[in-house]
Amino acid sequence: MNDTFQPIAPRPAPVRTEGIVPWVRNNLFGNWSSTLATVLVLAAAAWWLPGLLRWAIFDAVFSPDSQLCQAARETGGACWGVVAEKYRLIIFGRYPFEDQWRPAVATAAMVVLLVLSCVRVFWRPWLVLLWAAVLALFFGLMLGGFAGMEHVPTDRWGGLPLTVMVATLSIVLAFPLSVAVALGRRSNMPAIKTICVIYVELIRGVPLISVLFMASFMFPLFMPPGMSIDVLIRVLVGITLFSAAYMAEIVRGGLQAIPKGQQEAADTLGLSYWQAQRKIILPQALALVVPGIMNNFIAIFKDTSLITIVSLYELTGAMGLALDSDSDWRPFKLTAYLFITAIYFIFCFSMSRYSLWIEKQLSRSKNR
Amino acid sequence: MTAPIISFDKVNKWYGNNFHVLRDIDLNVAPGERIVICGPSGSGKSTLIRCINRLEEHQQGHLIVDGVELSDDVKAIEAIRKQVGMVFQQFNLFPHLTVLENLTLAPMWVGKMPKKDAEERAMKQLERVRIAEQAGKYPLQLSGGQQQRVAIARALCLTPKIMLFDEPTSALDPEMIKEVLDVMIELAEGGITMLCVTHEMGFAKAVANRVIFMDLGQIVEENEPHEFFNNPKSDRTKDFLSKILGH
Repeated sequence: MNDTFQPIAPRPAPVRTEGIVPWVRNNLFGNWSSTLATVLVLAAAAWWLPGLLRWAIFDAVFSPDSQLCQAARETGGACWGVVAEKYRLIIFGRYPFEDQWRPAVATAAMVVLLVLSCVRVFWRPWLVLLWAAVLALFFGLMLGGFAGMEHVPTDRWGGLPLTVMVATLSIVLAFPLSVAVALGRRSNMPAIKTICVIYVELIRGVPLISVLFMASFMFPLFMPPGMSIDVLIRVLVGITLFSAAYMAEIVRGGLQAIPKGQQEAADTLGLSYWQAQRKIILPQALALVVPGIMNNFIAIFKDTSLITIVSLYELTGAMGLALDSDSDWRPFKLTAYLFITAIYFIFCFSMSRYSLWIEKQLSRSKNR
Repeated sequence: MTAPIISFDKVNKWYGNNFHVLRDIDLNVAPGERIVICGPSGSGKSTLIRCINRLEEHQQGHLIVDGVELSDDVKAIEAIRKQVGMVFQQFNLFPHLTVLENLTLAPMWVGKMPKKDAEERAMKQLERVRIAEQAGKYPLQLSGGQQQRVAIARALCLTPKIMLFDEPTSALDPEMIKEVLDVMIELAEGGITMLCVTHEMGFAKAVANRVIFMDLGQIVEENEPHEFFNNPKSDRTKDFLSKILGH
């Protein structure tokens, strides 16, 4: 027997495995079942796409002319004219027409602030000051009543500025509250624990609509006469309390998943309760629940559409308001819906991509 | 004999209502003494050392550590924890922090040390456990033996008077046990007070002043290592030793 070491002769590498052609070959025509699926999907697209293009582009009407739109309806074309005609009403709601630069600037500032806040380089103490400044700018511009700007009460606010502001504030306020409640539910102190459990169970037991109704119609009945809190603030508090209860349970799930040894190690190092939570437990727990938290942020963004029922006409409400009152354009509500769908989608999709980025950042410590 | 740094006086503890895990423990540890505690699982040896830094509460008796009696007083517990370092079976490193951050955390937040000084001290401890080159890595990128050495360095960063080891090598591959034991032997030579729950009898013979055998929540036998291994008195100890030294 020959027991000297015999290396296996080198073999040529397999034919090209990178690039578009091998990718298509492997992924779309790898075996008979995927080939079949590819062919079926292509066939469906070929059958469906021309009709879609015809409806959305070739036979569609883009000018704000309701006569043309009526005609296009017969031939099966979309009426984008409704957007061209009504976009300011949809985006700004009942805000005074000639003053609509104010909500436009306010919303732009808010969106820029949100984008900045997402970037790691800007996670500095001054970001808090920037938030305060932008919020002051937002409310200053929206409310007016100074510097020659006419006062606009909150019940005339509407459309996208309202959606963005309510969603942002609810998210920013609900998140810390949810963390506090989640920690409270795990507290050793019976009073704090009971309060947190009651809060979560009570809020989870009712639909958001009823919370909004209570904030809007019932709450004022309990206030002393002559004293009133703006309905917008009441609704903001309602949404915040509602979403914080749900998020608290997500955060608690994350806390539950942290091994007991982490707390013990923090204890033996002499860290206080808050130091241990802040430095050891919460960073790990929150990293685990990023997808669930982001799910909730996205839900909050879309749930703002419910505040229409208490007469705050945010994006969806403003769209309804703009079209329902105009019999010329009412038939084209579907196209208008697609328009606001696109707006909602841009925001929600950005949030979901951002959450993926966060997850990637947080997984660095797990990469071997 | 100098005043003990740790003193158990008739300490009792129960888990729930009827599991009596520590029974009338009397134990004095002199400063600089190195004690190895062994015994079958469930004998209360981990619970015993976890009482010293109040990871577990005792319910009866007195436990005085470094002149402070352990009670519900949070300040007393914090004072004691600054003097007592602990190393766990499962390392319990903070996986989201780098090795260096694991070490500087307590000096910076508990000891209020400036970052630079804390890092300097951390690097010194990492060199001591021969792992300085891994300072920038995350714990999960290290082997078990390396992680346990980091855990020892982390505990040393608060310059404790007492070190507690709770089965520090039980979760390690055989090849890695030695590198951890070597670090612990060096530490013992430095004169720190050590209490170590372990079944590494070679380690006990090499460094311990005293070996304690526990069973059913009681201290069954204690003696200096030579006597303990060669001339055990109780049958229970003989039986235990024959099992763990038999193979």
